[in-house]
Amino acid sequence: MTAIPLKFKDPVGPLKPEKPAPKWIEGTVATPAGPVYKASTVLSYRDYREHFRCRVSGYRDNFTIEPGVYAVGSPDGNSEVFVSANYKYSFDLLRQALHGLDGWILALDTKGINVWCAAGKGAFGTVELIKKISDCRLASIVEHRRLVLPQLGAPGISAHQVSKNTGFKVHYGPVYAKDLPAYLAAGRKASPDMRTVKFTIKDRLILTPMEIIPAMKNYPLFALIVLFAFGLQPSGIMFGDAFYGGAPFLILGLSAVLSGAFVTPLLLPAIPFRSFALKGWATGLLTVFAYHKLVAPSLVSPLPLTLISYIFFPSASSYIALQFTGSTTFTGMSGVKKELKYGIPLYITSIAVSLIIMSVYKLVEWGLL
Amino acid sequence: MKYLSNVATLMLDREKCTGCGNCTEVCPHAVLSVRDKKASITDLDKCMECGACETNCPFGAITVDRGVGCAAALINSMLYGGEPSCDCSSSQSGKTTACC
Repeated sequence: MTAIPLKFKDPVGPLKPEKPAPKWIEGTVATPAGPVYKASTVLSYRDYREHFRCRVSGYRDNFTIEPGVYAVGSPDGNSEVFVSANYKYSFDLLRQALHGLDGWILALDTKGINVWCAAGKGAFGTVELIKKISDCRLASIVEHRRLVLPQLGAPGISAHQVSKNTGFKVHYGPVYAKDLPAYLAAGRKASPDMRTVKFTIKDRLILTPMEIIPAMKNYPLFALIVLFAFGLQPSGIMFGDAFYGGAPFLILGLSAVLSGAFVTPLLLPAIPFRSFALKGWATGLLTVFAYHKLVAPSLVSPLPLTLISYIFFPSASSYIALQFTGSTTFTGMSGVKKELKYGIPLYITSIAVSLIIMSVYKLVEWGLL
Repeated sequence: MKYLSNVATLMLDREKCTGCGNCTEVCPHAVLSVRDKKASITDLDKCMECGACETNCPFGAITVDRGVGCAAALINSMLYGGEPSCDCSSSQSGKTTACC
């Protein structure tokens, strides 16, 4: 690694002499506006491990880089400027895509949020872009007046406003950073395919851990209620009854989480209906049916409990599946609002009906009814 | 993959449209197309209301009620008030975090 100069006047990039350079910095590049860090275009084992942690935990909540100008390759005044977010995962995918190319990366301060989500909120926005262009003195680093922006940054960026305020013309690049070399080779032209966002089974699979984990947060409470309901006797709590009676519901609860947070996202286009609530409900219903027919066919379940299993668990699966709307690439607010308008009253009803049936079942069991 | 039909709030004012094509460039779902120097909505059900076309139309010809298409965000705003926002923090610190 090239030595990082410790003293310089007025840095334009994110260099902070008092702080050690991040591991993925491989030196500095001199510019008319001052030195900037040069980012490696090869991801390390460490980078990949960080990406993995983002997919399975809250690690993503604080995965940032310093905003500012970075260099990749050996750029000069004619090299392209690529605008990105300061969520390190986004930044990493960009620098990796630029392997073998020379360019500048302008990382906006999006508070550690990825480009698309930050654009929706305006953090990846016109004002921030104009500010960074001026703060980093981009006009003295490059001689041209072009910026290449990720297409998914467009909800936050008004290209004509940027041009009016800074003189820089915004070129929207492809949706995916990996298409950048082809986009540049075609003379900053994106094919219709590069302009559309995908949602493949692999994309959906990667998202499922962070669907399952939040859904499981409510599981201990659910389990406690189930054990209490089955164990409760006039003479006190019977632990044997709690476990033997409650086990099927505990299993069905886990199945509902899996059908809503894993099976529904994974098989999304294959499941009938456009509504996520209906998709999740259908998957949940099938799961309960499979449980009764395949897992426990020999267990003769009392009718009230069978009834609850068909009322409550498909609803739970539906509710959990509805949460996936926040992770897709194609659901809009008006649609989700409509689903909630019909869904929430039904969810509340199914909980209420299940509780009533359970109470009656217990009263009969105790000989009180 | 398409979401619910006939719910998207995307609207195009063909009087104001000059056919510049900026909207077709930014739309991630190819909802709009330009023919005979006028844009038109070719597939409304594909619209996810991200607002990219509205923000990048220099002539104000497009309007869309943009917002987060996320059930958790909408439920939180119903329960606790305020605008729906991507705030499904996996940590409990209460800070705004990366999600969507």
